[in-house]
Amino acid sequence: MTIKIGKAIKGTGLKPIVEEMSGVSLDACYQCRKCSAGCPVAGPAKSAPSEVIRRLHLGAGDELFTSQLIWMCLSCETCYGRCPMQINFAAVIDALRSLSIARGTAAPQGNMPLFNRMFLQNVRIFGRSYDLSMIAGYKLGSGTLLNDAEKFPAMLNKGKMAILPPSGADKKLVQRIFDRTGRKGGKTR
Amino acid sequence: MKYAYYPGCSSHSTARDMHESASAVARALGIELVEIDGWSCCGATAAHQTDRVLAASLPAANLLLAKQMGMDTVVTCAACYSRMKVANHEVSASPDMQQKVADAIGRPYDGSVAVRHLIEVLLEDVGIEKLRKSLVRSLSGLKVASYYGCLLVRPHDITGFDDAENPASLDRLVETMGGQSVDWPCKVDCCGGGLNLTRTDVVVKLSGSIIDMAKAAGADCIAVACPMCQASLDLRQKDMQRLYKKQYKMPIVYITQLLGLCLGIAPDELGLGRLMAPPTAVLNALSAMK
Repeated sequence: MTIKIGKAIKGTGLKPIVEEMSGVSLDACYQCRKCSAGCPVAGPAKSAPSEVIRRLHLGAGDELFTSQLIWMCLSCETCYGRCPMQINFAAVIDALRSLSIARGTAAPQGNMPLFNRMFLQNVRIFGRSYDLSMIAGYKLGSGTLLNDAEKFPAMLNKGKMAILPPSGADKKLVQRIFDRTGRKGGKTR
Repeated sequence: MKYAYYPGCSSHSTARDMHESASAVARALGIELVEIDGWSCCGATAAHQTDRVLAASLPAANLLLAKQMGMDTVVTCAACYSRMKVANHEVSASPDMQQKVADAIGRPYDGSVAVRHLIEVLLEDVGIEKLRKSLVRSLSGLKVASYYGCLLVRPHDITGFDDAENPASLDRLVETMGGQSVDWPCKVDCCGGGLNLTRTDVVVKLSGSIIDMAKAAGADCIAVACPMCQASLDLRQKDMQRLYKKQYKMPIVYITQLLGLCLGIAPDELGLGRLMAPPTAVLNALSAMK
């Protein structure tokens, strides 16, 4: 496979900042590709963990954010679990996600950033996840309102979807945490 | 046996059956689960995909509440379990992270509260022998595929749950209940749960291949311990049928639902009526324990 490397930002590429954010050093990777062999989404994402690491080694810049792996990664941590050098690639992907959001370059198929925003927005308001509101927010925002529509009656009927919002959490504490960590649920971009 | 119990958000929504069966089984075995007053969301995948300090602080706030209760924390959701264990690791391993988390919560937390999955409590604190003596019904050779998914066993250096690639905790419980634990290769594969709304097509394929493999191994049902796994495997069977043009009808039951049945608890108290694929094969297999 040929890996094309675009022009790096200020000549350094993303590797140093990704390593700093994730607390993970990528230097020990020797491309054994066990991570890629075990990755459940390497196929549909048309990219693999070892490839992303190699790109970072070679000085990749923002063009890395076009990789579908960044937002299709399931955080299943099989890559980390099987790495002979114990490189936590799942943490590297989390850093790439944060960076791509911060730089406004996230371009995922299936809108994971929107899903995350809706999820956290509800947690910020109710202190706990409110599935009905979160799902409605995601579906409205992503234009997928009718997907899975046939499942809702059964889920409601079987009590697998709460209609009323959750109560009982220490909401003030949760809001404080969101405020202090600079993430205000839906208010982040 | 008394523990601080963290039910997790799904216990009031998609995994009400997990919460009902875990509570009923705990009651029957004399395990006292004291719900943490004022508990809040662990942040799940959305938090750790967004911000590392947020992802550590949300679980830490709950663990601090548990610390004041002076008990180990017991969780039933594999995702909450993973997030809490990772938060403990983050604040223990880095003074800088510990400070950032303390700033966010408003009080210091040192990462010292033990986090345990209910399965660990059943195997380590109750023990197989006591469990065996409490069972009144048998699974009578029912073939069960034990499915662990990702978050109990990974990252293994942090969760420390059983074995990373070939765990046997659920299998041991199945065998104790008189079931036949099938040998199959998908125990720790990912169901795709994280993409359930955003890339449903991926979930249907990953979960579909897991059920196909369980069927090929001869399983009558799949036993799970994670609400995301349960939702993907159970709820997506209709989508699998549409995609692969074949019937699935594989009961996806929580291990606590199986235990509850064998402890003589009524199916309704275990939330068995909430499953999408009816657990008929499981109910039909039950017989009196010899």
